[in-house]
Amino acid sequence: MLYRESGQFKTTYAADQQLFPIRQDRYAFFALLAVSFVAIPLLASDYWLTAILIPFLVFALATLGLNILTGYAGQLSLGTAAFMAVGAVAAYNFQLRIPGIPILLSFVLGGLTASLVGALFGLPSLRIKGFYLAVATLAAQFFIPWLLVKISWFSNNSASGVITAQPIEILGYAFDSPMRKYLLVLAIVALMALAAKNMARSSIGRAWMAVRDMDVAAEVIGIRITHTKLVAFAVSSFYCGMAGALYAFAYLGSVEPDGFNLDLSFRILFMVIIGGVGSILGSFLGAAFITLLPILLEVLLTSGAAALNLNLQPGVTSMAQLVVFGGLIIFFLIVEPRGLARLWQILKEKLRLWPFPH
Amino acid sequence: MKTWKQAVIAVVATIAGAASAVPALAQQAGTQFVGITGYRVGPYGANGAAFFGGFIDYLSLINERDGGVNGVRLSWEECETEYNVAKGVECYERLKTRSETGPTAIHPMSTGITYALIDKAAADKIPLITLGYGRTDATDGRVFPWVFPVQSNYWDAATAIIKFIGDKEGGAANLKGKKIVLLYHDSAYGKEPHPVLEAEAKKLGFELRMIPVPHPGNEQQSQWLQIRQYQPNWVILWGWGVMNATALQTAQKVGFPRDKMVGNWWAGSEIDTEVAGPAATGYYAASLNLAGKGYPVVKDIEQYVYKKGKGNGNPKLIGTVLWNRGVGAAMITIEAVRKAQEKFGKKVMTGEQVRWGMENLDINAGRLKALGFNTMLPPIKVSCSDHGGSGLVRFQQWTGTEWKAVSDWISGDKQMVRKMIEDSAAKYAAEKGIKPECMGG
Amino acid sequence: MQFFFEVLIGGLLAGVMYSLVALGFVLIYKASGVFNFAQGAMVFFAALTFVGLQEKTGLPFWVVIALTLAVMVLLGVLIERIVLRPLVNQPQIALFMATIGLAFFIEGLAQLIWGTEVRRLDLGLQDEPIGVLMDRFGILVSKFDLTAALVAGLLVAVLAVFFNKTRIGRALRAVADDHQAALAVGIPLKQIWAIVWSVAGFVALVAGLLWGARNGVQVSLTFVALKALPVLILGGFESILGAIVGGLLIGAGEKLAEIYLPPLASDFLLRHFDVSVNLAGIEGWFAYMLALVFLLIRPEGLFGEKHIDRV
Repeated sequence: MLYRESGQFKTTYAADQQLFPIRQDRYAFFALLAVSFVAIPLLASDYWLTAILIPFLVFALATLGLNILTGYAGQLSLGTAAFMAVGAVAAYNFQLRIPGIPILLSFVLGGLTASLVGALFGLPSLRIKGFYLAVATLAAQFFIPWLLVKISWFSNNSASGVITAQPIEILGYAFDSPMRKYLLVLAIVALMALAAKNMARSSIGRAWMAVRDMDVAAEVIGIRITHTKLVAFAVSSFYCGMAGALYAFAYLGSVEPDGFNLDLSFRILFMVIIGGVGSILGSFLGAAFITLLPILLEVLLTSGAAALNLNLQPGVTSMAQLVVFGGLIIFFLIVEPRGLARLWQILKEKLRLWPFPH
Repeated sequence: MKTWKQAVIAVVATIAGAASAVPALAQQAGTQFVGITGYRVGPYGANGAAFFGGFIDYLSLINERDGGVNGVRLSWEECETEYNVAKGVECYERLKTRSETGPTAIHPMSTGITYALIDKAAADKIPLITLGYGRTDATDGRVFPWVFPVQSNYWDAATAIIKFIGDKEGGAANLKGKKIVLLYHDSAYGKEPHPVLEAEAKKLGFELRMIPVPHPGNEQQSQWLQIRQYQPNWVILWGWGVMNATALQTAQKVGFPRDKMVGNWWAGSEIDTEVAGPAATGYYAASLNLAGKGYPVVKDIEQYVYKKGKGNGNPKLIGTVLWNRGVGAAMITIEAVRKAQEKFGKKVMTGEQVRWGMENLDINAGRLKALGFNTMLPPIKVSCSDHGGSGLVRFQQWTGTEWKAVSDWISGDKQMVRKMIEDSAAKYAAEKGIKPECMGG
Repeated sequence: MQFFFEVLIGGLLAGVMYSLVALGFVLIYKASGVFNFAQGAMVFFAALTFVGLQEKTGLPFWVVIALTLAVMVLLGVLIERIVLRPLVNQPQIALFMATIGLAFFIEGLAQLIWGTEVRRLDLGLQDEPIGVLMDRFGILVSKFDLTAALVAGLLVAVLAVFFNKTRIGRALRAVADDHQAALAVGIPLKQIWAIVWSVAGFVALVAGLLWGARNGVQVSLTFVALKALPVLILGGFESILGAIVGGLLIGAGEKLAEIYLPPLASDFLLRHFDVSVNLAGIEGWFAYMLALVFLLIRPEGLFGEKHIDRV
């Protein structure tokens, strides 16, 4: 009833090509922005901000990065966490070694460093694909954290290889409270998501999708395969690197390279699969789902056990989590390979016709 | 398929709805709430299960036997970190909100999580108790007022191990020209003893070789072949999890005598030696506490907690090294609360008050006996400048069935360690712009 | 030189242990084109079930083995029925990701059932040097590793007979060569897949017993599967022989590299750049880097068939 596009006419090409062609979508988007920039900081507790919302945004950014590579360009990577580590450590070092450098510039430089490294490890993709490539990116996943621990210069010779992120200060304004950190992360993630959305609609995004769907055909119509794939790796790693920098600076405060392990890479891959392969919205949905699910499961199982007066063995929730994660991945791949984003789309289509579906 | 999809939509919607209403479980008012960031799954889950099992059992004992600490009952909640830093931070944030008075004190039981929490805990005024792990230079309480690496730290351990080896060789002077290998977990944890061992090697004139084992350490052939070729007099094992048992078994494989191997306290529990089987017999380990069930406190836990069916962990774990360590860690926390109550009154203590209690903690031999710990732990006396307490460790040897103490409580080169701690803490203070001073109460 | 041989032999024998895990991958890949990431979790599941049953029931060794095998076969059949059958004709990469999910599922399930304690698995076999070789030549060869190698050899022989001489084996090969044609001549595809998964479960059991006896039964066993991946890249995904040879190459290569490369590299850095770094510990990634280089040169592996997707 409410969600209907009849009566909305496009009179210019620009109007037809805008990001949200349906008016209600546009309003919903602005409402979402208003909620996340105004309502949430006003209402959310520090726990929600630091332990759920900030990590959710950071993971959403990393998921966006992997989705660009896997969802749009069709190249599977199991090295996401390693590229995040590069971003975090690089941002730390730029901040440390160049006096007076603005912190945002450090983040961007960290992201750029990650994108260089990403492109380097993307080179094998010029010859191989599929899970062969996955194994190749595993090399990055194991090699990079090793190198970062081994060369103590990267951690400013800290005895243990742990880096402690510098405080965030922009134009004399300190981002030290959870709410300020949240706003900063939100602003960065929103901008980058917008950029990703636009990239996916531009020529480079279309080239990625062409390569993903059939590389030979893409080559025949004049898409430069090498260039396209390497750009995908670079852009994707830039997103991951930025996410890594935010992970270290805005979320944890201090990180050890070993924290960026294969488990983290898998988590992000799961976010992509559950959220929706090849969807910007899906990246957010997947990140939200995987960030919230463990917390929810724990609360549900604990209160459920209390209600039934069961003595729950400690650790059961975590094991149950593994089972649920694994089960969900299989479930989604079988039932809805395009994830939550596709479900959302179905819902919208239903809404458009509601309440007269025929 | 269509119904399936509707089912999915329904499930997702329910989860989304439920998630938005995650209730903050209110703790019983008027209890001393203890937040526990534990782990029982993952590669180190077995270690965590023993430690946190003992920890919670002691809390239960205080409630069941004494009716709380001076009448203030205890309540607690455990949050699973999986030894993962990000999850550890989430747990910390969650536990922080669970009670008006905060989570009493946090035992992260992970060097990585400790590092991530140091700044946060100081900002939130919550004491961190890092019993035998974490940041060594945090022993200087003037720079790190909120962190308590009580009992011993890694540098104490390393020097004590060298002292123990020296004693076995018939005096520290005999170490000159000897060859010692440090076989370490290639991580932040494994790198912690490097500076102090290098200093010891220089001072005592032994040859030191450091060989890293990549995570997780379930394949150590090349490391041990190198050791076999190098033919050291002693091997110091600085491992965690699967790496320890594998090291013992591979040592047997290459024919290196186990009674020339000394582990630190994270490489010296039943989990490591029982898995290695006969290969572990004769192996030494530095320990923060003795194993065994022969202590009144353990008997009380069996009687008041397990007999009533309120035991937390597997009863098989009772009396093991890590379980006893958990009991000791809980005791230290509770004693800090008790100490704080002396000053602030017999009610629920806040993080700031517990911090004061920790800093003025003095558990002497008489107190240990009164608490039923007898010789399980060394006396612990904490002060503002020394958040460590004792620096004492005791060596145990695996007989094939149990850990047996083979030394007194000994300490290594305390002066050297103290100086290195002060230097390192001063460097940190300068970097962070902290003015070192005692916080007081 | 003697030290070199010692490292080489030790590495080759360690490589056999990788091959044992890699074999499970090859079986499933050959028959159904699925790259089963969950093989490591299956190894863990098998070992844990074995020890758990032994603890609970106290039955004799062989009875427990038989019981565990039954459980593994059941698991294999269930996986085929519930996970893979609905995913038939999906892109390979989707199947791969499904098996990652499966790995998490099995890992969690195993621990839900049996708990998280680390357990000792005793095969009554001590890991000691072989006396004769030690005394006569001063070369160290582990008794345990040699036995494991013999078991692996036996396993390969049994599999070879099974594949070449039995009806089911021939049907399996037919399916591996061409699903459509196999279906056309009346081979029941679904049953065959169930059998393959059961056989993979059996191989996982053997690997689980040996690895479990070596390291103790614990979650870290699942990491073993990761080492099997470079083995497969080197050996080729379709070849049983390749899994063995790949394992030997990776095992020997990484041990030799760990011992000889870092000192060389450190020395080079010190001499030319005046930086002192201890680069030891390259074992964690060496196998993957080797696989990466190998992929660039010969993506189909040493013994693989030349029809993989190349760009």
